[in-house]
Amino acid sequence: MSAYYAIIATRFRALLQYRAAAAAGFATQLFWGLVRVMVVTAFYQSSTAHQPMSLSQSITYIWLGQAMLAMLPWNVDREIAAMVRSGDVVYELLRPRDLYAVWFSRILALRTAPTLLRAVPMFVIALLLGMEPPKTAASAIAYVVSVMAAVLLSAAITAMVSISLLWTISGDGVLRIMGALVMLFSGLLVPLPLFPSWAQTALDWLPFRGIADIPYRLYMGHIPASDLHWALVSQLGWTAVFVLIGRLMLWRGTRRLVVQGG
Amino acid sequence: MPQIVVENLTKTFAVSERTSGTWGSVRGLVHRKRRMVHALDGISFSLEPGELVGYIGPNGAGKSTTVKVLSGILVPTSGRCDVCGLIPWKNRIAHVRGIGVVFGQRTQLWWDLPVVESFDLLRDIYSVPDSQYEATRDELIALLDLNPLLDTPVRQLSLGQRMRCDLAAALLHSPSIVFLDEPTIGLDAVSKLAVRSFVKRINRERGVTVILTTHDMDDIEALCSRVIVLGDGHILSDGTLDELRSSVTTERRLIVDLEKGDRHLFCAQEKRCLSPFSVSGVEVVRSDGTRVELRFDPDVISAADLIAQVTAKYAVKDLFVENTPIEEVIAKLYAEHRP
Repeated sequence: MSAYYAIIATRFRALLQYRAAAAAGFATQLFWGLVRVMVVTAFYQSSTAHQPMSLSQSITYIWLGQAMLAMLPWNVDREIAAMVRSGDVVYELLRPRDLYAVWFSRILALRTAPTLLRAVPMFVIALLLGMEPPKTAASAIAYVVSVMAAVLLSAAITAMVSISLLWTISGDGVLRIMGALVMLFSGLLVPLPLFPSWAQTALDWLPFRGIADIPYRLYMGHIPASDLHWALVSQLGWTAVFVLIGRLMLWRGTRRLVVQGG
Repeated sequence: MPQIVVENLTKTFAVSERTSGTWGSVRGLVHRKRRMVHALDGISFSLEPGELVGYIGPNGAGKSTTVKVLSGILVPTSGRCDVCGLIPWKNRIAHVRGIGVVFGQRTQLWWDLPVVESFDLLRDIYSVPDSQYEATRDELIALLDLNPLLDTPVRQLSLGQRMRCDLAAALLHSPSIVFLDEPTIGLDAVSKLAVRSFVKRINRERGVTVILTTHDMDDIEALCSRVIVLGDGHILSDGTLDELRSSVTTERRLIVDLEKGDRHLFCAQEKRCLSPFSVSGVEVVRSDGTRVELRFDPDVISAADLIAQVTAKYAVKDLFVENTPIEEVIAKLYAEHRP
């Protein structure tokens, strides 16, 4: 078995064990989903202006976000954080492997296993609560492909934040800022199409659309499946940028490494 | 040809300091004092394949820093270092394939996984061929008696059990050099003996080069033919245990067990003794019940002479001669070189 595949598989299996966390996360996300649906319904009912998305599209968008929340780069791999803090990171440097790839593999598992545990039941419940299924098979396929790219992008951002722990050690501040940026600019707070039109250009130039907004709109057909290649260019382009930044930071970080605790 | 060559290695850390207390924390936001710490200050030595070297020194002497530089984790400030023809921090990935490292205060096993799954993961990470992996693993399991532990998650192991598993983990890829950084720290007597006999065997039978850092001088006496003593970033001494001992002190000890009635005769202060013992070159180190410990310089008085004089004067039940305990030798060496 290839080393990186073995790391992903082992970590994936370990993360699937956290069933209580998954149940709690599922309940919280269900609750917030209902609240957000109520807010957006009230908003649609109180306005007669033409909206860029229909109400049912907005509701679908919200449920997709609730289902895929664990996939967003809002936390770091706790084991990496603990290793950096205690100095056990020395053992990671003793492996004959590219450290960035090792950490990226761990993070891929972190971004997929908990998501899988929460998303499957959430999809079932949400479909009963008014989320629409994809209109065409092409949209469904485009969504799946784009979600995979979103996982890579999200993992690359998570990796960059994790590597910044080599400087900040605790990382609380970076994580808070990251969490706020991600929630706002990926569409988790308010669906991005509902932002004013002057904000759209700015949002297009930010990396966060690719982790949530783009796949959700492909699902609804709000972005036609035939535009999938443009979505992928944006998502994978940003992934490459974050991988490069992460690698550069890791290269610098390991050169100025101070190992904690002797 | 030497396997490891270290020349003039230095490593300097910048440590930021802040004054204590609330005001210190506030000031630390804008102004931080930086202090340079010379962890290694010109270290040179070389090792032949198959050597088993003790690398000792007081806390903060630079032992772990040396191990981390040699294993490619830290980049030194200056100096040359060559391990099997590679520069550890430049050819890190190629270099770490051939070495195994155990840090006694850390574990390289995955905390939540059963031991055997950690081993399997290491096989994949080091790409050890299956047949070779199974042979090595089974041999290590037998040597370290790991069979009952294999299915236990690492977090449930005792320290001694975990250390045995960690030793196996460091050797699964059959490295030719092993760095053991305080492998016996915190272990009970039985686990210590198990670790020692294992280290001895892999060194003798597989010809693995071992660099052992420890504070336990029994580890050193039991295992190491050569000892490098480090103090404050410098090498204080490098040679066999006997050379080390004789360079610091030539003194030996005579331990005498007296018959009951004679103990008051024997002490250093003349006033309290009925017949004080005073021979030139001999000093009473301690007198504890009927046991008396004498320190003597064999250049001034031979052991045979001293024993003759003691037995002539006192009723002796038993006696034996020994070297100055290595702990005291080392403590003396450290004290002489204290900055």
